[in-house]
Amino acid sequence: MSIVYERAKSLTPVDFTYCPGCGHGIATNLVAKVIDELGIQNDTISVSSVGCGGMNPMFFDTDTIIPMHGRAPATATGIKRIHPDKIVWTYQGDGDLASIGTAEIVHAAHRGEKITTVFINNTTYGMTGGQMAPTTLVGQKTTTSPYGRDESHCGKPIRMSELLATIEGAKFIARVAIDTPAHIRQAQKMIKRAFECQMKGLGFAMVEVLSTCPTNWGMTPTESMKWQTEHMIPYYPLGIYKDFE
Amino acid sequence: MARVLFKGNEVIAEAALRAGVDAFFGYPITPQNEVPEYLAREMPKRGGVFLQTESELAGINMVLGASAAGARVMTSSSGPGLCLMLEAISSMALTRLPAVIVDVVRSGPGMGDLAPAQEDWKLSGNGAYKIPILLPGNVQELANMVFEAFDIADQYSTPVLVLADGMLGQMMEPVDFDKLPERRKNLPDKPWRMASVGEKGYRTMMTLTYGRPLTEFTDRFENETMPKIIANETRYEAYGLEDADVVVAAYGTSARMAKAAIKEIKTDLKFGFIRPMTAWPFPKEPFEKIGPNCKAVFCPEINTIGQMIDDVRIAVAGRMPVYHIGNTAAGPMNTANIIDALRAYVEGVAK
Repeated sequence: MSIVYERAKSLTPVDFTYCPGCGHGIATNLVAKVIDELGIQNDTISVSSVGCGGMNPMFFDTDTIIPMHGRAPATATGIKRIHPDKIVWTYQGDGDLASIGTAEIVHAAHRGEKITTVFINNTTYGMTGGQMAPTTLVGQKTTTSPYGRDESHCGKPIRMSELLATIEGAKFIARVAIDTPAHIRQAQKMIKRAFECQMKGLGFAMVEVLSTCPTNWGMTPTESMKWQTEHMIPYYPLGIYKDFE
Repeated sequence: MARVLFKGNEVIAEAALRAGVDAFFGYPITPQNEVPEYLAREMPKRGGVFLQTESELAGINMVLGASAAGARVMTSSSGPGLCLMLEAISSMALTRLPAVIVDVVRSGPGMGDLAPAQEDWKLSGNGAYKIPILLPGNVQELANMVFEAFDIADQYSTPVLVLADGMLGQMMEPVDFDKLPERRKNLPDKPWRMASVGEKGYRTMMTLTYGRPLTEFTDRFENETMPKIIANETRYEAYGLEDADVVVAAYGTSARMAKAAIKEIKTDLKFGFIRPMTAWPFPKEPFEKIGPNCKAVFCPEINTIGQMIDDVRIAVAGRMPVYHIGNTAAGPMNTANIIDALRAYVEGVAK
């Protein structure tokens, strides 16, 4: 008998504490598989974030740190500059990266900081209970946009991949989804490429992972995957926005 | 090395280099700009990471990261920048990450003014924590304290703040770098550092602590680390306390003004003098030594509302009145203001 599936070696033997059906579980698993595939577990330093992503230091069997809210790219910069030969990456949600931490992510890209960022976009603040994020879709109801996000009141959702792709120091930017097995396989490939970008010493790399938050969206996991397909992907087009040779 | 004429801010940078600083992360702000400028010039030649950051927020979080990675690391700023750093400083105090933060104080509140000031005494931020705060009084002491701050940070695994007022940062004075303190021996290793499992052979998880770990942690800090810092690192200069009629307590530049003012006043009253050299731990001892003849304590500070004075009042514990001398509508406090205030008191006593 051959093993067709096993737990990633880069994960600790701890059960995920994400909600059932949450996209974080898939994304966390994908990153761990990539770390295994590239054989970099022993050289990796993981920087998480504040929000649901802040739970993943328990899961990655690497050195892990939780930084201040939004400052993961700065903290990762401090670590990478001291250990330029290590693989340093951040795992940040949309509240962390696209709201409070916009300056840090933009300038990490601007400096061409040789770090990798995995950005989880689930259109809401998961940990604090489903408030509106900069990524919340127009019309989407959250606890702080109870009548639906109103464009005239707080604009249209921000597209971070497109924004960061305009920055010279960003060498790999891609947006992926996890709504279908095909997309999940593609997501793993893109995450791998984002780590390879760092391993080649090229500059900043980010993969935006469209994700789900069944708990705060008030949907079943299946419904939330369908919602991602029908509502998120049309507004957040998948693809590679910046690539290297 | 003989004495050389050096500007305070450049002394901060040179002392940090001699202390073996591995990395500096900072954002421009007056009146400390010569610190990053000097390091930007010297670090590429002498080794170490210099990085100008997009903000003080990013800078201190890079400091946090580099410190977590095991490096000797520093940043420098002034009041408005220090405010932006408080969240991370508070977190580093909790996580017990060593770092040196130099605040070349300017006058506030808010964006305030570029004039020198003594206004950031009450370093705050969220949560209950204390970090050592050093108070240099001249440029040589600035060199010594910045140098030693790195050892203090590593010895107790804590951020250390050097509070240098803008006057000290901008003034030139002779300094002798051969007179830096000895490097402390037996500083603890950093087994907790982020360096990868491959390098250390084990995993580090450096996280915010919630619930019980937090209270255990803060309890250990309060009952084990704090008493050691208080016992070993409290510093002050004092004289003439036992038979003093009046005591003047001041730190940094205002202490120099106060010494000049005391000399200037012609009176039969005896003046005692206390200069705290650490804001935390605050030196209570000299205030307890003030003799029974003392009728008043004056606290000249380059600010409008006294800050150190609150700690002085706690130390004096109601034994005598404590008076603030500070800025006037005409500008920052100067020696003449202190002389005027003390003379008014002396003449009042004579009547």
